[in-house]
Amino acid sequence: MLRLPQFELVQPSTVAEAVRALAECPGALVVAGGTDLVPNLKHELFTPPRVVSLALLAELRGIRRENDGSLVIGAMTPLAEVAESELVRAQAPALAQACSLIAGPQLRSMGTLGGNVMLDTRCQWYNQTYFWRAALGFCMKKDGTECHVVKGGRTCVAAASNDSAPALMTLGASLEIATASGKRTLALDDFWVADGIYNKQVARDEIVTAIRVPATGAGHRGAYGKLRDRGSIDFPLLGVAVRLELDAQDTVAQADVVITALAAQPKRITKVAEALAGTKPGTAAFDAAVEAVGALAHKQCKPLPNIPGDADYRREMVPVYVRRTLQAAARREGPVHHV
Amino acid sequence: MSARDLHGPGAPWGGAEPGARSNSDFKVVGQPRPKVDGIAKATGAAVYTDDLTFPGMLHAKTLRSPHAHARIVRIDTSKARALKGVHAVLTGDSMPIKYGVIPWTPDENALAVDKVRFIGDPVAAVAAIDEDTANAALKLIEVEYELLHTYLDPFESLQRKEPQIHEDKKGGNISKSVQLEFGKVEEALAGAEVVVEDDYFFHGSTHAPIEPHCAVATYSADGVLTLWSATQITHYVHRALARVLELPAHRIRVIQPCLGGAFGGKSDPFSLEFCVSKLAMVTGRPVKMLWTREEVFYAHRGRHPMHLHYRSGVTKDGKLVGVDAKILIDGGSYSSFGLVTTYYSGQLLTGPYHFPTYRFDSTRVFTNKPPCGPKRGHGSVQPRFAFEVQLDQLAEKLALDPIEIRRRNFQGDFTRTVNGQRVTSNGFLQCLDEVESASRWKERRGKLGFGRGLGVAGSMYISGTNYPVYPNDMPQAGVQLKVDRSGLVTVFTGGNDIGQGSNSMCAYIVAEELGIPVERVRVVAADTDLCPVDLGAYSSRVTFMVGNATIDAARKLREKLVAAVAEKWECAPARVRLIEGLAIDLEDTARSMTSVEAFQLAETKFDTLGSTGSYNTPKLGGDYRGGTIGASPAYSFTAHVVDASVDVETGRITVHDVWVAHDCGRALNPMIVAGQMEGSAYMGLAEALFEEHDVNRFGLHRGPSLLDYRLPTSLDTPDFHARIVESIDPEGPYGAKEAGEGPLHPSLPALSNAVYDAVGIRLKHLPFTPAKVLAALREKRAAASVPQGVR
Repeated sequence: MLRLPQFELVQPSTVAEAVRALAECPGALVVAGGTDLVPNLKHELFTPPRVVSLALLAELRGIRRENDGSLVIGAMTPLAEVAESELVRAQAPALAQACSLIAGPQLRSMGTLGGNVMLDTRCQWYNQTYFWRAALGFCMKKDGTECHVVKGGRTCVAAASNDSAPALMTLGASLEIATASGKRTLALDDFWVADGIYNKQVARDEIVTAIRVPATGAGHRGAYGKLRDRGSIDFPLLGVAVRLELDAQDTVAQADVVITALAAQPKRITKVAEALAGTKPGTAAFDAAVEAVGALAHKQCKPLPNIPGDADYRREMVPVYVRRTLQAAARREGPVHHV
Repeated sequence: MSARDLHGPGAPWGGAEPGARSNSDFKVVGQPRPKVDGIAKATGAAVYTDDLTFPGMLHAKTLRSPHAHARIVRIDTSKARALKGVHAVLTGDSMPIKYGVIPWTPDENALAVDKVRFIGDPVAAVAAIDEDTANAALKLIEVEYELLHTYLDPFESLQRKEPQIHEDKKGGNISKSVQLEFGKVEEALAGAEVVVEDDYFFHGSTHAPIEPHCAVATYSADGVLTLWSATQITHYVHRALARVLELPAHRIRVIQPCLGGAFGGKSDPFSLEFCVSKLAMVTGRPVKMLWTREEVFYAHRGRHPMHLHYRSGVTKDGKLVGVDAKILIDGGSYSSFGLVTTYYSGQLLTGPYHFPTYRFDSTRVFTNKPPCGPKRGHGSVQPRFAFEVQLDQLAEKLALDPIEIRRRNFQGDFTRTVNGQRVTSNGFLQCLDEVESASRWKERRGKLGFGRGLGVAGSMYISGTNYPVYPNDMPQAGVQLKVDRSGLVTVFTGGNDIGQGSNSMCAYIVAEELGIPVERVRVVAADTDLCPVDLGAYSSRVTFMVGNATIDAARKLREKLVAAVAEKWECAPARVRLIEGLAIDLEDTARSMTSVEAFQLAETKFDTLGSTGSYNTPKLGGDYRGGTIGASPAYSFTAHVVDASVDVETGRITVHDVWVAHDCGRALNPMIVAGQMEGSAYMGLAEALFEEHDVNRFGLHRGPSLLDYRLPTSLDTPDFHARIVESIDPEGPYGAKEAGEGPLHPSLPALSNAVYDAVGIRLKHLPFTPAKVLAALREKRAAASVPQGVR
């Protein structure tokens, strides 16, 4: 069995203590459910002197509805709980669906929503043991300088692989973050940096405490589509989150499509709303618009050979999953998944 | 010596007629029942190698090569040795003698000597007070390498002679080459009505047992080395240790604890077994090494990738006239079982169909990749895939139903194959009937609409082979029984239970023969100090050979029991029957005694009670070089029908149902047989659709983890319907044959054939990824859009 590196484990009982524990030890890392961090530690992708566990912070667990109708999901809420929550399923179906397809049942019980948002980017040249990476000569994301995905590439293109993130983007969600100096809020849309080495605008000494999902109305439709090899366990080869807002006449007023597992950040497909606006699900016009959005997405998405799987095939699946996920959302169905 | 034909297939008491097919005379055999170690495994009480711990035990780790092909210029272990907590560091020069499971091709060293041949090749080993210290020491070992040209493409290995991967090998980078022809193939094909010629590719896959390899060794003050190892070949490991460590074999004891899966991946002697042994000898301390999952991928010995070219011809009635095969086998970096693999790739195809003429030309080459070896269905799953797809191509040309063409070519039972193999019982036709009716083939094939289809394939496999890997005339399997005055019977067998249930099988047989409950039989297995030699769990030999040896031993013991009771009752021995824990007088059923009393009577009469039994194969095989390789005392037969659909937009194949009919002779425990059938079919489909063991452009394994190596989950697994066919073999134990490997073979070609029925594309290159399916669909559409005249 691979061994964990040595580190000091700190288990604070308040968020303030946790932030302090991070601040006083440069290089310290946060662990939530551990389903991403533990294997990464075993692969020596991180060798922190200290790991700060959020396990005892009961205040970070649970899902509640605010007076304004928005949902506040504690960062330590297990993914299984988010997936099964009636509140989330009713108000944010794309998020519930995305969470239901993360990893497998055991990992969804341990893994948390905050942890999934903060998931490290993934790459076939990076998510390997120390021996393997040493044999390769390492890569720019860790211990090396070269990129093996893009020859001569200067920016790391490891892929954002968190299923929850594109769903949260379509929902206009934001993060509540505890910092050494207090609190701040960050919209998911502003969360990203186009750098696979660290693709987040959340500093290592900050803690995501909650995810806030704005209220949705009766016309809200959402769904998530996930391409992967197996029916469980695997990270996305492609993740498609969609949002439709229908007006009183059931025609599309607003629409959004965000795709992940491409490069360091999820991609919002442009001109989606323009294509779909005014069409009514179930009509030929809607179908044609969906087809057009698929074509837009195909044009705008160019998967790289960063994660395992055939990049050309992943690109070919972009319009298929976009179409299927939009249609599923319109029918209040989903997730789009092969099993 | 040979006990092969002493016992008929019938029950010990009721089997008056040797061909008795009925299970009704049996009390234990033929009943579904749990394995003898089932509860221990299910509750976690079972003791696996890694569960063993000893006072003062050290932990060992392996330094591996980061280069695919390189010469070792210098190794400096001084810093590692100086690290506090390190007890010993070994390099290749400490064990320079080469070994290999096949005695003719010893080309492995416990640790690399002079050069490394793949990324992951073991170079040095460290024993330290704990795993972290051992790992830290590995990073302190300095190795200077001189890089050599890397071979990743088997076609290059075929052409290019320098540099050689194995410098002492004649003929460049060829590991083994076999050309055999039976009858005049060219002449036969020239007269065929239809000939199909095509290329097929079978990719690499690995076993991925749940339990990684692990070994623990102790070296006693009086110079006895004891090795506990997760192996399926205790006896061969025993021999290899003696050779490499230069210790007399009587000072070595090898024990296989409970094993967490093997599938052929633990049937070579492995580096860790030599390393912990040597480290224990050097340090005087117990030493354990547990491989990581990544190391298990490097140890590999999995399915050989094969490039297969087949040309087959049939008459207008669909009868085969000749089959011509040319196969290039990618062996990876070492020989392992490769000599046998090369023969098997040709020798095992000659059933269940009659080949009037047959020729194969198989060449295995070395490449700088993890070494290939025997994986469930060793050497024969790949050619079977190619041939069964080709058979469907032939049927299509003749507008014959795929099941019909298979029936027409049935070779029959009690016959001889074109390459001289003796076939005894053969239930293949019944297998075809079973899957045909269960799948409602006639109503459904070709009628499920575009996108869904049915496919069929057949196969045969060996129940052991009469080729012991080192030539000798001693029994291939031996069993010893010991009786306690409490009524407990202990079976000592060298057989390796690797989860297939061989210990259970021994217990069932003894219970059946002595008329006692299974609970009164305990099995001690795979301990070279305690158990008679058995060659190991490979080639699906254990039930057939160990089973026969167990019957042999049990009947000798039974004779003594009956004689003692008959003497006491002053009656003819024929009147004494051992049944349900009693001895009863058949003519005066009021007269009886318990089996405990019977045992004590017999011990009084005969002295300490025990018996031995053995099995050896009859003389088998063709009269030519290699003719005994693949010659089996009995063959199993299988047919599958696969029901699959294809999403033409995503290219994804979904398998709905698989009907698996398997002729295993007599099912000694139908529950275990059905489990083997389902597990085999699962593994075959896993290879077809999900699993791929390969290296990237640097020669690095593409993803040596259970995340990246896609073992199908329960969600990816279809419903299996096992149909046991019992042909009752005249030489098997109560008529039993193998069930652990044969049922894998047809899964892959049956799936390819089902996809053809579903969407009209012929998948000939494994694995069947969605991208390949889409490419084939595009090609088909392009061909269809070309105007007829142009085509």
